[in-house]
Amino acid sequence: MGAIVHIAIDEAPGGADYELPAQNESLRVLEKRGARAERGVHGRLSPRVQPMTTAVEPGTAIDSAYAIELRGIVKRFPGVVANDGVNLRVREGTIHAIVGENGAGKSTLMKTLYGAHQPDEGDILIHGTRRTFRSPSAAIDMGIGMVFQHFMLADNFTVWENIVLGSEPGHLRLNMRKARRRIRELSEQYGLEVDPDELVADLGVGDKQRVEILKVLYRGARILILDEPTAVLVPHEVTELFASLEQLTQQGATVIFISHKLDEVLGNADAITVIRAGKTVGEIDDPSTVTAGELAEMMVGSELPSPETREATVRDDVRLEVVGLTIESAPTGVDTVALAAGLAGGIESSGTPTSHRPLDDVSLRVHSGEIVGIAGVEGNGQTELIEAIMGLRPASGIVKVDEQDVSELSNTARRNAGIGYVAEDRQRDGMVLSMTLWENVILGHQAGDDFTHRGLIDRDAARERTRQVVEEFDVRTPGIDVSAFTLSGGNQQKLIVGREMMAKPHVLIAAHPTRGVDVGAQAVIWDILRQARSDGLATLLISADLDELIGLSDRLLVMLRGKVVAEVDPQTVTPAELGSYMTGAHQHDGRSASGSPGDGEAPA
Amino acid sequence: MNRRLLTTFAAPALAAVAAIVVSSVAVLVAGESPATAFKAMWSQIDSTESIVLIVNRAVPYYVAGVAVAIGFKMNLFNIGANGQYVLAALLAAAAGAAVDLPAPIHVAMIMGIAVVVGATWAAIPALLKAYRGVNEVISTIMLNYVATNLIAYLLAEHFRNPDQPNIRETRVLPESARLPSLNSLFEAIGFDFGPGVVLHGFLPVAIVLGIGYHVLLNRSRFGFNLRVSGENPTAARAAGISPRRMIIVTLIMSGAIAGLIGIGPLIADPQFYKYGDQFPVSYGFIGLSLALLGRNHPVGMAAAALVWATIERATQALSFVDIPQEIGIILQGSFLLSAIIAYEIVRRLSADAETRAASRETPGTRTIAEAPA
Repeated sequence: MGAIVHIAIDEAPGGADYELPAQNESLRVLEKRGARAERGVHGRLSPRVQPMTTAVEPGTAIDSAYAIELRGIVKRFPGVVANDGVNLRVREGTIHAIVGENGAGKSTLMKTLYGAHQPDEGDILIHGTRRTFRSPSAAIDMGIGMVFQHFMLADNFTVWENIVLGSEPGHLRLNMRKARRRIRELSEQYGLEVDPDELVADLGVGDKQRVEILKVLYRGARILILDEPTAVLVPHEVTELFASLEQLTQQGATVIFISHKLDEVLGNADAITVIRAGKTVGEIDDPSTVTAGELAEMMVGSELPSPETREATVRDDVRLEVVGLTIESAPTGVDTVALAAGLAGGIESSGTPTSHRPLDDVSLRVHSGEIVGIAGVEGNGQTELIEAIMGLRPASGIVKVDEQDVSELSNTARRNAGIGYVAEDRQRDGMVLSMTLWENVILGHQAGDDFTHRGLIDRDAARERTRQVVEEFDVRTPGIDVSAFTLSGGNQQKLIVGREMMAKPHVLIAAHPTRGVDVGAQAVIWDILRQARSDGLATLLISADLDELIGLSDRLLVMLRGKVVAEVDPQTVTPAELGSYMTGAHQHDGRSASGSPGDGEAPA
Repeated sequence: MNRRLLTTFAAPALAAVAAIVVSSVAVLVAGESPATAFKAMWSQIDSTESIVLIVNRAVPYYVAGVAVAIGFKMNLFNIGANGQYVLAALLAAAAGAAVDLPAPIHVAMIMGIAVVVGATWAAIPALLKAYRGVNEVISTIMLNYVATNLIAYLLAEHFRNPDQPNIRETRVLPESARLPSLNSLFEAIGFDFGPGVVLHGFLPVAIVLGIGYHVLLNRSRFGFNLRVSGENPTAARAAGISPRRMIIVTLIMSGAIAGLIGIGPLIADPQFYKYGDQFPVSYGFIGLSLALLGRNHPVGMAAAALVWATIERATQALSFVDIPQEIGIILQGSFLLSAIIAYEIVRRLSADAETRAASRETPGTRTIAEAPA
């Protein structure tokens, strides 16, 4: 158990499969898998959707070997059917993986299971008994606990305080000793090492996750649901996590985890359920009988899109140059970030306070026809970098666009100088959901001449441009007068990318351009970026999707704690190498490090 | 189109029904007959004279609504419209009485002073918020008290009419500073209001203001920035719209319009032509209600202002039938509350309907979007 093995991605760069750090048994697993692939497992690929069962009386015990059984779950949201007849059967004491693309309906299914909402149709059976969960606390009473992808911990509390928060022992007085003792027992029993008295703010990501797991165990959960638990972890933490989960299941607990990383699914799960477009399309009782390629095919329903960039198109002229860009850690006074958050009715926390500068002396160059990727665990200065380049955060250092120094210019002036901007969170920063598509096409370009004349909005120009964007960038919409919230995530993103492209930028800052979009939209957006690259656009690509980074980028820079710590060649780098740079586990062997502009070597 | 009309009018209609039910219950509790009450109220508004009086009353309300709405559009709550307009009215009244100018210039000067004073008073919370993060609700409320006391002092010590030592009021504005009534205009087209009925001359200013508000909001770049800042401040920031600048400009603009709230009564209402203890001081709060009721829409707020004034006029009749006039306040309050609830319900329903319609009409296959949280 615990081996992370083998991602077979069609048309991966260089044509090679890459290997992640694997334990000894990985090779054996590989061999076994090869043998099985020859035997063929295609019988398992056909959808196995259970016929809709007739409603079972609540509380009726049915003979069932499953800790959890979901039958024909249907959950509708306005405009979408997120779950359309999902079946799930999880045996007790196993690690069960649910895999599917973004938007396949995994999270909706899990929310159904832990009581965040009720399904419109279908039955939930816990140990063979039909149950209805009116709320998450009803689910936790049945021993079902959820560990969220985004940690819900109070940073200024200690570990034990966070764990007991909401289910404090003792009546009027908090029985601290009892709480601490119980936490120690739990962490020893399941091998989840944390110091109960440490402040959560001082913990690393892996520790925080252990606290989250302890939190649900403390509440008596015997069935744990983990939503993309490895998304925020570095490779060695992933190994540790699965070791802990293994230990949990050995003690009789049941673990369900959601993932779309096939390697960790194949390496760690005892059984797999594949969900596509809201339906169960595969139930695999023995993961050693499938290959990553077969799983991927079930998930995607067709071939995996390839992020591969073909021939080199990099030219000599530097379109974007950044020299010594730095943001000091303690912002003074009321900054615009806080003001905007205040208007939104939220409380701004500009990230956890860090001892280092959020952005520390970053220098880079992007040439015409080049895509430079920024890799790194989220929160290591990527957001600050793009916002500093866009003039949205005050920073020291120089930003040049086409050799023009724009360091002192406003965001608007920088856009007019030729920078296009795909913000990292489309719904938060990229569009106004309640406004029409054509109004959203104006957004960010309202200060240019395209849509405004003498302070007045030129509606006809905006509408005409919107029609072009919809047409050329395959935005699926009934019209340009609908509100943006009616579009799916992928179509919203195509609208944003199209809007930026239509402004004919010289430099594009693209942050997570395909995050949370469906596979079709992802392919379209990748094509747009590739086409723009060969037309001479200089693109700075920030992404958490390594396939996207490796496949699209001509060069990759790795950011850690506000610095560029490495430059690597995406054609030759392995995920293991990248992972160690991203976590600071390895020092780079010299080529280029923080401080030196990243164009020292001739681009490929 | 039918659907849009339906959603526009469904909510206010529902709210009106709810308000009538609630106030009927209140009348019953008071031991009277709702039928008597509503009959009396109807008789009070069922005349040309009443309609003119209602319009006169609605005009400053409307100005107050527009002043507040422009702040609402970007989630800024200008609770300080009261302080802004009374201070503006006092200073404009004092200045207007102190000089002698040709009529149009005199009127323009008074309006100009009112706008500048209102804007200046609003600039204080604007700058506090933009540079120190001070919540504008708190600062504008507190500035209302400051304004009230400042006015008491100024009126007592500096601007009091020396000819009326026993009354605290400014000197009466000269003829050149007053706006003529609109009666002659209506008489010219053969419409006579009857004796003693005067349609105040500030109505055209309010109409121009409403049109200006609409154009600014929906046609101008500033209005676009304003709406984006209100709907999604983080997206506004990412689009290069400075939240600091928007806060300052919007609050100051709100204050400038608020400065005009008291000018209608001051220069167009024969009852006043001066600032004194009788001068209305809480139209700013009414403006808050109207902006909510009219959903910050230029026409919606006009309708709301007329409804508000109508209820006030109608409830005067309740004293004739020995029913407490406070029923009118219950009617207004329950109307406002149920309207806000009804708007939210209708908004959600129509958003769902729009999403459904869009997914039905979308060409090509539609993949499952992320489920809403």
